[in-house]
Amino acid sequence: MTVDVTLGEPPRVSGGDGANGHLDELRTDPIALLERVRAECGDIGVFRLAGRDVVLLSGAEANELFFRAPEDVLDQAEAYPFMTPIFGPGVVFDASPERRREMLHNQALRDKFMRGHATTIAAEVGAMVAQWDDEGEVDLLDWFAELTIYTSSACLIGKRFRDELDGRFASLYHDLERGTDALAFVDPYAPIDSFRRRDEARAELVQLVAGIMDRRSSGPAPADDQRDLLDVLLSIRDEDGAPRFSADQVTGMFISMMFAGHHTTSTTASWMVIELLTHPDELAPVVDELDGHHAAGDEVSYQALREMPRLEAALKETLRLHPPLILLLRVAKEDLAFRQFAIETGQMVGASPWVSNRIAEDFPGPGRFDPGRYLAPRDEERANPWTWIPFGAGRHRCVGAAFALMQLKTIFSVLLTGWEFELAQPVDTYRADLSKMVIQLEQPVRVRYRRRVVDGT
Amino acid sequence: MMRVAVDPDLCQGHGVCEAEAPAVFALGKRPPVELLDDRPPEAARAGVEGAVRYCPTHAITVHEEE
Repeated sequence: MTVDVTLGEPPRVSGGDGANGHLDELRTDPIALLERVRAECGDIGVFRLAGRDVVLLSGAEANELFFRAPEDVLDQAEAYPFMTPIFGPGVVFDASPERRREMLHNQALRDKFMRGHATTIAAEVGAMVAQWDDEGEVDLLDWFAELTIYTSSACLIGKRFRDELDGRFASLYHDLERGTDALAFVDPYAPIDSFRRRDEARAELVQLVAGIMDRRSSGPAPADDQRDLLDVLLSIRDEDGAPRFSADQVTGMFISMMFAGHHTTSTTASWMVIELLTHPDELAPVVDELDGHHAAGDEVSYQALREMPRLEAALKETLRLHPPLILLLRVAKEDLAFRQFAIETGQMVGASPWVSNRIAEDFPGPGRFDPGRYLAPRDEERANPWTWIPFGAGRHRCVGAAFALMQLKTIFSVLLTGWEFELAQPVDTYRADLSKMVIQLEQPVRVRYRRRVVDGT
Repeated sequence: MMRVAVDPDLCQGHGVCEAEAPAVFALGKRPPVELLDDRPPEAARAGVEGAVRYCPTHAITVHEEE
């Protein structure tokens, strides 16, 4: 596209006068920054991230431009510098991010795999609650983060690999996720504590995976139907007959495969419990719906999981209010126009699920937890495909979205039919931790659980 | 009569539609899904409606034609 000289620069948001522009605000109070861009500038506005402009788009029309743009126009690959040290700078991938996403999709995320995944996930939840007493207390984030390490490794890599993992892997993985301070936009290796722990955690994960690889190499070959992705990778040799992939490279691949589905699912599940417990009128119909499937004995069957409108609505509303990613970024590879404004090659371009999910014209009472908005006749998700964007939208919509919803429904089918929950902290202490690009919850996030007594027995 | 359309920018190739209505949708190695019959017979209606309803990316639309 050629530059149109009649186009002007988009308006700039207030603040950000220091050397790093709005970086410090992004690191401490990103919501205030993102909301101010829309409040002051409208559907398109600019903030400064270190030495770069970020053109933040919001609203249906601007988001459609963002989400319909192909990879060679708005590029994701260089937009997330905080991920490089996590996946590993030395990891050689044979394929582009786009192609890797496609392979993961074809090998594990297509609809035909979902029946098997639901069974796997239900078994993992069952194994974890089997360790509970009749009543007790858990930290939701710790618990769901460990569970989703097991489910994502079992579903995406294989059961044999999952069976080698324990709580240590989950704890190290959590340190990786905490190593996503926005300071990475200036220096991904800056000498700060969270980056040091990130790098130590990655090195320890490589050690764990190296140990598993050694045991595989010296142990008996698995039966064909037991082979997992690690067996496949170990069988690949270079021209000299040596293993093609090192433990470092294998670890990097597994970290990257599991990353997108991990913190997103564990934080959503945690918020779901908190929202349902603080909105008992919304919890009751969800439990009734699940009890109905439970009585029929089909609560984690493929068809039953598709027929849970109340549970699905509560999950979607949790995702709308607590999107696991609040800022999606790209880099403009050519000049673009939005209305009378120019977006220039090299500028970063952003869309914000937090901001768009709370546009009052599209989602009346935007701050209210209101699952009824997903039911007929309101159908606010289908009515707003470019602003209901917890999973992004368009061609780059999260390819794991269907898997994620299936997984969350399976988890809550097992939990809510067998257990009752109660907040164990003052309501206002359940808060998002917004200090990293990967949003989590401030810990502790404790709730009490109690085994449900059915039929008065 | 039903007139079926797929938005190629939205289709990610999950294959739900193919499972619901294999005579109407065929998924190859890459998205978008191939529309085998954009004016399917009445007998395919239930499958097509299932495809519209369960498509994870809401990529399928149906309009009624004379």
